[in-house]
Parts: sequence; C-alpha cells; structure tokens
Amino acid sequence: MPILETRDLNKRFGGLHVTANINFALDDGELHCLIGPNGAGKSTFFRLLLGEHLPSSGNIVYAGEDITALKPFQRIRRGMSVKFQVPGIFKALSARQNLEIALQHHLESTSLGAEVDRLLGFLNLTDVAAQHAGNLSHGQKQWLEIGMAISLKPKLLLLDEPTAGMSPAETHATGEIVKTLNADGVTVLAVEHDMSFVRQVARRVTVLHLGKIFAQGTIDEIVADERVAEIYLGHGHG
Amino acid sequence: MRAPGFLRLLEGPQTLGRGPWFWSVAALVLLAALAYPQMADGYTVGNTVYFFTWAFMALGLCLIWGYGGTLSFGQTAFFGLSGYTYGVLTLNFGAAYGFTLISLLASLAVAAAFAAVLGYFLYFGRISGVFLGIVTLSVTLVFERFMAQTAGPEWRIGTARLNGYNGMSGMPPLTVPWFGGDIILFPDVELYYVVLGLLIATYLGLRILVNSKFGNVLVAIRENPERAEMLGYDIRKYQLIAFVIGAALAGLSGTLYTAWGQYITPSSMSITAAALPIVWVAVGGRGDLTATLVGTLTVLAAFQALTIYGSQYALVVMGVLLVATVLIAPEGLIVSLARVFGRRRRGGA
Repeated sequence: MPILETRDLNKRFGGLHVTANINFALDDGELHCLIGPNGAGKSTFFRLLLGEHLPSSGNIVYAGEDITALKPFQRIRRGMSVKFQVPGIFKALSARQNLEIALQHHLESTSLGAEVDRLLGFLNLTDVAAQHAGNLSHGQKQWLEIGMAISLKPKLLLLDEPTAGMSPAETHATGEIVKTLNADGVTVLAVEHDMSFVRQVARRVTVLHLGKIFAQGTIDEIVADERVAEIYLGHGHG
Repeated sequence: MRAPGFLRLLEGPQTLGRGPWFWSVAALVLLAALAYPQMADGYTVGNTVYFFTWAFMALGLCLIWGYGGTLSFGQTAFFGLSGYTYGVLTLNFGAAYGFTLISLLASLAVAAAFAAVLGYFLYFGRISGVFLGIVTLSVTLVFERFMAQTAGPEWRIGTARLNGYNGMSGMPPLTVPWFGGDIILFPDVELYYVVLGLLIATYLGLRILVNSKFGNVLVAIRENPERAEMLGYDIRKYQLIAFVIGAALAGLSGTLYTAWGQYITPSSMSITAAALPIVWVAVGGRGDLTATLVGTLTVLAAFQALTIYGSQYALVVMGVLLVATVLIAPEGLIVSLARVFGRRRRGGA
C-alpha cells in the first residue's frame, strides 16, 4: 500500500513546465531512489512533496490524506522528515544541542539525554558532541542532519542527495545508516546522483527526465536500460 | 537537593554567564545596586532610574533580534504607544486607588496587542530580513509624524491634550496604594528600588525563557529557519510570541519613562530614538542577555556623559561605536571578550 502518492502533479514557473503530470507511488517500507540528470525536476518534485512549493495542479496524498495544501511543518508533524542537500543544521550550536532541539518536540526532558546519546553513537558523532556543528567535517554535518531528521521518528524520510560532497568511505557509511533505518521500518525516498550509493541501498529506482517519469524499475533494470544510459548514466557506465 | 525545573533554566546553553563565579559576581553587583541609593544623592539616583527604564526595551530587542534573528527597527513605536496610553489614562482618571498601576498594565496590554496585530501580518506574511526592519521603522516614524501634528486643541482624548511636538506632560508618577497613605514613586529612592526589582525579574525571567524549549526553538529559527520548520515547528508562532514579548518590554520602558519624567513627546519615536536601542544591544552583544544589559547601561551612561559636549557630538560617537563594533566584534564587545576569556580559561585548564 502506498504511503505517498502524487496524482497528475504539475509545477510551472511562468512558461517553464518543471514537473509534468507526475504520477508516483511509494510503498510503505520501501527504500526508493530518485535519479535524473541536472534539470530533470528532482529538486522541484522534492520541494513539492515537502510543501515548500505548491503545485500548479495535481495532488499529493500521504498515508491516505490529501496533504497538497498543508504547510511544511504540518507535513512534518504527520510523520514526514527531510534531510537537505546542503546540510541544514544549526551551525552556532553544538552537535548535541542540534539533536536536543530536534528531539524536544516529542520527548520529555528526562528521556531526552539518553536518546541524544544513542543517536550520537549511532551516527559516530559521540566524540564531537560538544563541538559547534559549523566546525564539523562535511560528512559529520550530513550525518548530524540525518540524525535530526530521524530523531522525529518519521514514517517517511526524504533524503536530498545525502552523500553530496562525501568521500567514498563516508558515502558507504551513509548507505549503511540508511539501510539500517529502512530495516527498522522507515520508508525512504532519496534523490541521489552518486550511483554507488544508489546501487548500495535502492531496491527500486525512478528516473526523472524533463520533469516526467522516464523509467522505473530495480537498479539492475535501470542500469541495463540503454535509454537511461543515454540521458543520464552515459554509455558504458557499469 | 535539586532546584525546581524552571530555576535550573537560569543557566543553560543560550546564556553566557554560568557557574558559581558568575552568580557570585552577580550577587555582588546586586548588593552594590541595593546599597547605591544610600550613598548617592537624589538626582543621581533618579538619573540611574532613567538608565534602568531603557534597559527593558534593550532586553526585549535582544530577545527579538539576538535570539530570534529578526531585527525590529521600531521598538520605539511600542515605547511611545505605551507611554502615551499611560498619559491619556492617568490624565483622565488620576492616580487614586492605584489607578497608575492599572494604567501601567493597560499600557503594556495596548503595546502587546498592537505588536500582535503588526507581528501577525509581518511573520505570517513571511516578511523577514531587512524588510521587517523597514516596516517596523516605518511604523515608528508614522507614529512620530502623527503625534507631532496633534498640536491643536481638537487633538484630545477626554481631558488629555496630545500637544503635538511638545508632547504630553503633567501625568502623575506611579503610585502604590498603602496603609496610611499612598506611596508616590517620584524619581528617587522608592522608584529606584521598584524599577531595579522589575529589571532583575525581567532579566531572570528572560534567562529562563531563552534556556527553555521555547528559547531553543527561537535560536534554531535564528540559525536556520527552514531546518527549524522541517523539524515540525511553526516558526511564525515562535517569532510572533518573541515579538510580542519584546514589544511589551519596550512598552514597559515607555510607561516607566513617562511616569519617571511625567512627560512623553513624539521625539521618543523618532529615527534617532529608534536607532539608539540597536546601538546599545549591538555594542554589548545581541546574542546574550547579560551582555545586552551591561552594554546598554554602560553605553547609556557614556552617551549621557558625552552630551555634556553636545548631543549631536554624542550621536556621532554612538554611530562610530556601532560601526566599530560591527567591523571589529560583530557579536558585540562583551560577548567577544567573554569568548576570549572562555578560550583562555579552557586553554589554561
């Protein structure tokens, strides 16, 4: 059963038709990657899901409810959560404080400290807990934001290029974190450029091109699809 | 035995002064402040009350700007609105039966209510950054211009003449009903202790507020509003609440100032008046309540000392001070010094 559906979703900026009649369904418990070349409309589609853009037409249905007109914070309160491409953290605050602010919404003060410690350990951030988030390495900032996103105990986690700027080792570690979350029951939709990450985590892949769904399938099917290779992966990509 | 929850919030990540050393020094400063009227003459004590009255507006601006990240350039609008409200009420209804205290509360309510309406359109209209500063500055200048043209006899509310640019005068000082006769708080020792008490209560109350969950979210909004919203917080509500609290504190300044001097004029809402709180808060350090309080009182005292040589000269010095602070220590002089000492202590440990 889909946890998220878009129905004939369109977004126009003036004469530019960025998202064109997208009908997309994400099943509960899925780990799904959204790929596509630059300008494919991935970011716009992502922002439509979050409520940062309102669609020109069409609907977004989440857990059976039409959320098209809801504000971003209202969508978050219904169980969605997001990690941005550029780490969306509170730079002047410590890593611990970042997580505390994310958690205080739904946890009592008495249990908050233990949950922060657990998350810091899970994200390999225990040693830098007291450091200002702005001083962390790029990979640590990305993990911290993933921590903030999952601290909301989301049903659906949206990841916008979670490995952008990461080293191969950090990318792999991030992939393992995402797989663990998914195994724990969190549905994940990730926009990603890094094909090694997509291969590592995704069971299903959707390719966007020129604002439309161009192809869908398993990672093997997508890699084997010559039309996809032509528009995105490049010939001979293994 | 642990202190009650809200008292533990007196210390926290959003306030710089922490630990036994800080509170020992704070206690000494408080003792000195309590003993001060016994050692100073009446004029000096009254003058110190004048400094204190402005500190509420500075603390409110610190909350809105330093903690919430939105610069309100028009805190003087709430200052003037509250001051005029106090004047109109007390000139009409007098000071008997503690009515000045009711007028004080009513004037704060008027300032807060106006801020709630204005803030609703600002924050729920997604007006932010420099535009919020422009709108709030425009509001205070509109108030100033409007009140400046109320010189004619037709501009009166009840028996209270608004008096145009000369302003209203003759309203009674704060009066506390007491057994055996009212206590009239002239700008002397009695008013000093009342305003000092209010200032301490406000300072401590704001420390608790900024270290609470509310304060955490406010700081998160300052740092990254998009992320804060994506944690499920309706950031507009938090910003609006901070704006209303800050406006009420500016209103408290306005009413105390009016009761202190028994006058209020449109110039209290002028562009010069609107700019000065920004200098006080920026110079001390907008991101910390203690730095704002100390910075405001210090700059006010220095400003008054400089006016001996001419008020325009003093204003130029204030402008230079603001520019120098922005260039040399953007976080504020006191906050920057505190960070340097903090690093040295950690380095020496």
